[in-house]
Amino acid sequence: MTMLEVDNIQAYYGNIHALKGVSLTIDEGEIVTLIGGNGAGKSTTLRCISGLMRPRTGSITFEDEDLEKYPPHKLISKGIAMVPEGRGIFGKLSVLENLQMGAFYRNDKDGIAQDLQKVYDLFPRLEERQKQVAGTLSGGEQQMLATARALMARPRLLLMDEPSMGLAPVLVDLIFDTIEEINKNGTTILLVEQNAHIALQIANRGYVLQTGEIVLSGSAKDLQKDPTVQKAYLGIE
Amino acid sequence: MTEIAQVKSSQSAPLDERDKTTTGYAARMGLLAGILAGYVAAVGMVETFSGREVIAGILTLGEILLILPTFGIAYFVARKAKKYNMSRATILGYGALIGFISAIPLILLILLAENTNIRVMFVNISPNLAEILTFGQGTVGGSLLLTAVLIIIGLLSVTLILLPQHWRRSVQQALIWTLGIGMFSELIILVFRPLFGSGFLRLFFQQGALTIIAAILIFILVIAISLLWQARKAGIRIRYQNLGQPKQKNIRRASLGIAGIVLLFLPWILGTYLSEVIDNVGLYILMGLGLNVAVGLAGLLDLGYVTNFAVGAYIAGVLTSTGALGRAELGFWIVVPIAILAAMFTGFMLALPVLRMRGDYLAIATLGFGEIIRILALSDWLSPFIGGPQGILDIPKPSLFGFVFAGPQEFYYIILAACLVALFVFIRLNTSRTGRQWMALREDEDVAAAMGIDTTVSKLLAFTISAASGGLAGAIFAAKLGTIFPQSFSLLVSINVLSIIIIGGIGSIPGIILGSFLLIGTPELLREFAEYRLLLYGALLIVTMLLRPAGLWPSAVRKREIESAMDEGSGPEVTIPHSEVVSHGQEFPSTGIDPET
Repeated sequence: MTMLEVDNIQAYYGNIHALKGVSLTIDEGEIVTLIGGNGAGKSTTLRCISGLMRPRTGSITFEDEDLEKYPPHKLISKGIAMVPEGRGIFGKLSVLENLQMGAFYRNDKDGIAQDLQKVYDLFPRLEERQKQVAGTLSGGEQQMLATARALMARPRLLLMDEPSMGLAPVLVDLIFDTIEEINKNGTTILLVEQNAHIALQIANRGYVLQTGEIVLSGSAKDLQKDPTVQKAYLGIE
Repeated sequence: MTEIAQVKSSQSAPLDERDKTTTGYAARMGLLAGILAGYVAAVGMVETFSGREVIAGILTLGEILLILPTFGIAYFVARKAKKYNMSRATILGYGALIGFISAIPLILLILLAENTNIRVMFVNISPNLAEILTFGQGTVGGSLLLTAVLIIIGLLSVTLILLPQHWRRSVQQALIWTLGIGMFSELIILVFRPLFGSGFLRLFFQQGALTIIAAILIFILVIAISLLWQARKAGIRIRYQNLGQPKQKNIRRASLGIAGIVLLFLPWILGTYLSEVIDNVGLYILMGLGLNVAVGLAGLLDLGYVTNFAVGAYIAGVLTSTGALGRAELGFWIVVPIAILAAMFTGFMLALPVLRMRGDYLAIATLGFGEIIRILALSDWLSPFIGGPQGILDIPKPSLFGFVFAGPQEFYYIILAACLVALFVFIRLNTSRTGRQWMALREDEDVAAAMGIDTTVSKLLAFTISAASGGLAGAIFAAKLGTIFPQSFSLLVSINVLSIIIIGGIGSIPGIILGSFLLIGTPELLREFAEYRLLLYGALLIVTMLLRPAGLWPSAVRKREIESAMDEGSGPEVTIPHSEVVSHGQEFPSTGIDPET
């Protein structure tokens, strides 16, 4: 069943044509990855989906509802949460307070407590450090925190913007293992990544974005084998 | 030069830091101290302040200003040198060197003042200044004397660093107390004369300054008390903790009660003049608390806070005035809520067009609003309603059950009540859900929206609530003065309020109170300062940003934030790959802020 459908959206930064008709669909339970180089429009697509930017034409539908009419802060109650690029954690709050901010829109105390335990099970490191000021966490821990905070909203669709950015390879593996686990627990994931290699390993399907256009799409396995993808994004000659 | 070699070989310190403990560095800093002192002298502060004696016949405030740069910089350099374990002799040498070098610019200034006439450009470089700088001992003798004095000051300053910590703290406190009491002698005499009679006070004070004997007495007394306190502090704290909850509560209640009683009778202890000063401080506390909501909590830099103050004042003026411009002749107490609502409405309306702006752009736009309101107040267009440059006259004094709030001593109670209410409201807001929203907004607007926070509503709310206490302060201001003129609503008000917040510590409520006393109270008390008020603000801002970037009394949260930001700038902590896998406990990275300060 289609969960999110992005249909032919075009977006501009001033006069710069950033998205020239991007279409993609995400089915419930999938991990879909959007890969592409710098400036391809990956983050712009994500900004459009999360309502921070409005596409000039085209439509975005989530569970048969047009997202156009919702301001960005309403999306979380629709079931869409975001792990922003560069993590965007609240540096001076403690880890626990950050997680509580993730559940800001919710009122069910018991549910929040349950979910807190769930994310602590997922990221034991965060439980160890729950009283520590988030700004003093290492990069990997901050990424865990940003992911955990998004999960605190109990989303059905999780938008992740470059979770591998600035992390050591061993940590990237750790984070991506967790992403797979989150998906197995029932959360649909849209993964925007520059690191195509690892993104295609865990994704079901993928889209390749190039200068504002989708140039390729298909199952992750096919994309891994595709010669252009291999050449441009996987570094295989 | 062996010391330098020794320091260079110690690998513990980062390279650029080690450079800061060489003789060359000390010499440069000495020169800086001399230039600073020379600047203070050249702009006329030394001369102006030499009229105010601190210790009768010995020390004037002008002389303190002259030696303060040398003292401060020698202290600063010595502290660094001590951190890198340099020898006592070296540190003392640095002190003397800094003192010596800092005299050079001043001697040049003396020569300039005595031999040239550049008073057309530099009004204050006069023979009179030379007379002060040379202590009236002639050019050669005086210059030598000045050099000797500065060397001694440099030595004393570094000696302070070499003292054991508890002694250092006591001496610092003793210095501050002695000089503080000396500086404010006139006021102390004013306050205590009715209590003790002038005969008793004459034992300690002479022509508005401390006598030498009194200064020495105070110095020794403070050292003794401070040493005693430091020795007993731990014991007292333990005893307090052993008292058990109910008794601790009683003690806390008792001290609150005493503070309450002091606050209640303060204007009658202080007298009219000081009450006036406290009233002004109170009005700025009120405005500081308000602006803090926008700047400190929500991170919206508002440079036009005077708008709210002006709206409150004019609304109160128009509605209560019994003069020609009075519209309704309402009572003060009815008008206060109207003025607050009017200010909130203005805050809301002005927030609408700037909703999409961030950071610097927002600051410039709000700066514009502040100017618009001043020009509107002066305009012919509105003068039939608010009097233009003639202002509004005949604003009656408020009264309550026959008690007329006539002068500053009575107005103190209105301001105190307003401050207490504002304090209560703003402290509650800070810890509320709304406070959390503002915090998220300040950190990152997009992330806040992703958490489900309506950033538009949060911003509007911040501007509107922030305006409320500005309106309240304006209404009280109008009633207190009895007249309002457009000149009272200049950009300077906005700058004052913002400086209070920054110097006190952004987001910190105790910081705002401290900042108001420091920035509004001090220039009123030392009237000579009035002329140099902006210079004082500028210098204080720079020094605060350099030495205590989180403010003088920072809020715990803000301190964390700035420390972690500083750390990001210098630290490999954020991107270290190895430490990820190894848990490194609860330790916090070093912060660059010296724990001793």
